[in-house]
Amino acid sequence: MASKTFLEAIRDAQYEEMKRDDSVFIMGEDVESNMFGTFSGLKEEFGADRVRNTPIAEAGMTGVAVGAAMVGMRPVVDYTMAPFLYPAFDQIISMASKTRYLYGGQGGVPVVLRANMIYGNANAAQHSDRPYSMFMNMPGLNIIVPSNAYEMKGLLKTAIRNNDPVLSFEDVALWSSKSEIPDEEYTIPFGIADIKREGEDVTIFAIGAMVNLALAAAEQLAKEGISCEIIDPRTVAPLDRATILTSARKTGRFVAVDSSFEMCSAASEVCALVAEQAFWDLRGPVKRVCTPNTHIPYSPSMEKQLYPTVEKVIDAVRSVMA
Amino acid sequence: MKQNLPRETLLEMYRRMRRIRLFEDLAEEIHRNGEVPGTCHTSQGQEGEIVGACMALRIDDYMVGNHRSHGHPIGKGAKLDGLMAELMARKTGVCGGKGGSMHLADFSVGSLGETSIVGSGIPVAAGAALGAKMKGLDRVSLCFFGDGASNEGTFHEGINMAANWKLPVIFLCENNGYAISTPISTTAQVENIADRAVGYGIPGVVVDGQDVLAVFEVVREAVHRARAGQGPTLVEAKTYRYLDHAANLGRNLAYRTDEEVAEWRAKRDPIALFDERITGEMGIKPAELRQIDDEVKAEVDGALEFARSSPFPDAEEAFTDVYGDRLAVDA
Repeated sequence: MASKTFLEAIRDAQYEEMKRDDSVFIMGEDVESNMFGTFSGLKEEFGADRVRNTPIAEAGMTGVAVGAAMVGMRPVVDYTMAPFLYPAFDQIISMASKTRYLYGGQGGVPVVLRANMIYGNANAAQHSDRPYSMFMNMPGLNIIVPSNAYEMKGLLKTAIRNNDPVLSFEDVALWSSKSEIPDEEYTIPFGIADIKREGEDVTIFAIGAMVNLALAAAEQLAKEGISCEIIDPRTVAPLDRATILTSARKTGRFVAVDSSFEMCSAASEVCALVAEQAFWDLRGPVKRVCTPNTHIPYSPSMEKQLYPTVEKVIDAVRSVMA
Repeated sequence: MKQNLPRETLLEMYRRMRRIRLFEDLAEEIHRNGEVPGTCHTSQGQEGEIVGACMALRIDDYMVGNHRSHGHPIGKGAKLDGLMAELMARKTGVCGGKGGSMHLADFSVGSLGETSIVGSGIPVAAGAALGAKMKGLDRVSLCFFGDGASNEGTFHEGINMAANWKLPVIFLCENNGYAISTPISTTAQVENIADRAVGYGIPGVVVDGQDVLAVFEVVREAVHRARAGQGPTLVEAKTYRYLDHAANLGRNLAYRTDEEVAEWRAKRDPIALFDERITGEMGIKPAELRQIDDEVKAEVDGALEFARSSPFPDAEEAFTDVYGDRLAVDA
């Protein structure tokens, strides 16, 4: 076991997969300069051909990755920040997600599209989005939102081996957080949620960095005698509906914590699922803890209040317990 | 050099152009009688540039098309049965009835798919070229797009990236003069789309798209450059589409006159021009061409019969091919 950061986990997953499979390569903006440390040593080991700077051209680089993937390569594309996916939206939706289907399964698009989510740092509306739920609405995509370094490494390795497009949303709040990483190789399958804490009274569904908030909230609530079960979906597409429903039926109370805007969020989807399919086992209404539907302002005096916090999760749990 | 092409090549060019013409005429007809659901964009008038470009490729080279792309896989050598069945939404179609008229693809002949978002295939074609290059294959990639697509951002991004990396790709602009109904002269302030190549540091070549041999020569040269590692070429084929933008769309729009269409049909038809030329100066007998006409007619009729006798996909197939290894709906 070695203690590694989230960023080191990203680097190690890419390194191992590039070592294992010659068709894996990195492309994106400023990847050669290794801006965030996720490419340390990769160019030196694998050459500039496989660690490839692109122009600032998100639609173009996505299309190029799709084309390369269609003929047998496995590109891992770095967009740096999640809002930089938007110029590439058509390529992600019309090409990456639909190619396998449109052409009747003649081929797939094994690309990994990596984007970090930086928010809460006074970067204002265009640099602070957490947009995974926008992509959940589209069939054909896989979406990972890892909650710690261990999950990040295992999920990214699975993503690179997956035969369809995978979006990786990486929460900057986790960048320096550490996990114990096994020395031996491991991967984490898609669509299998992890129960981060077992409990009896209330289910807290939490995504990415929100898992840590939920764990902290559960710690405090335990002192009040409230037992929380925490579900980390690990992938929001595919979504492990069975584990979510089983837990909701067991506890009868359901809170979903999601840093996205509330409207049509992943939290909304799982709340609808639970309300629809576990209704008769619920003891009260489901509850969402999300970011309210306004843009992200620059000034910290306005921004800080918006995101989910441990206190907001605690309040939500108390409200469903009441 | 043109005169040195083998007879077989000339006859094959003629055959493929006739295939496209008859396939398109039939597509139009069966769309009108309701056998092709959805929309249908045909390419009569553009057969010269399609076949000239496709025949400059090998069968294992890649190709990406657009919404008006029935002809492209045919030009590349695809069998007609699966294409016609796809238009008619049958299970036996090349895409199993999931893609239809705007999204034909036949990977077996290198046709990686037609894409109906204008300009979206341009970077994808560059990507296929990147993949070929990284795998050490000497394949090239050909991208067909229209004059309208040349105003999309993906045109700039895709060609620029291909130029930077010297990718083996040929960007072929099928300039038929109109983006649906909007003349290119009102949306681009260069005389030729190919003039934009200078902005990417690559060659740009204008060619008469009604002259299949001229297109073949130009694209063959571009393919040669691409295979030699010299990077992409932007080729602009000046051409014309005889019918509406899409079946039943645009008939009453006043963007062009009946006289203009009639003049292109009468004087600039790529098949008639080629027929005249090869039976004149190149020693092909008219009877050989009439025999090909008959064979192609039988082939197209056979494809229609195949499609008509094919079943429609089962409703459950709507849920397959979303992912390679799981169904659309999560457990």
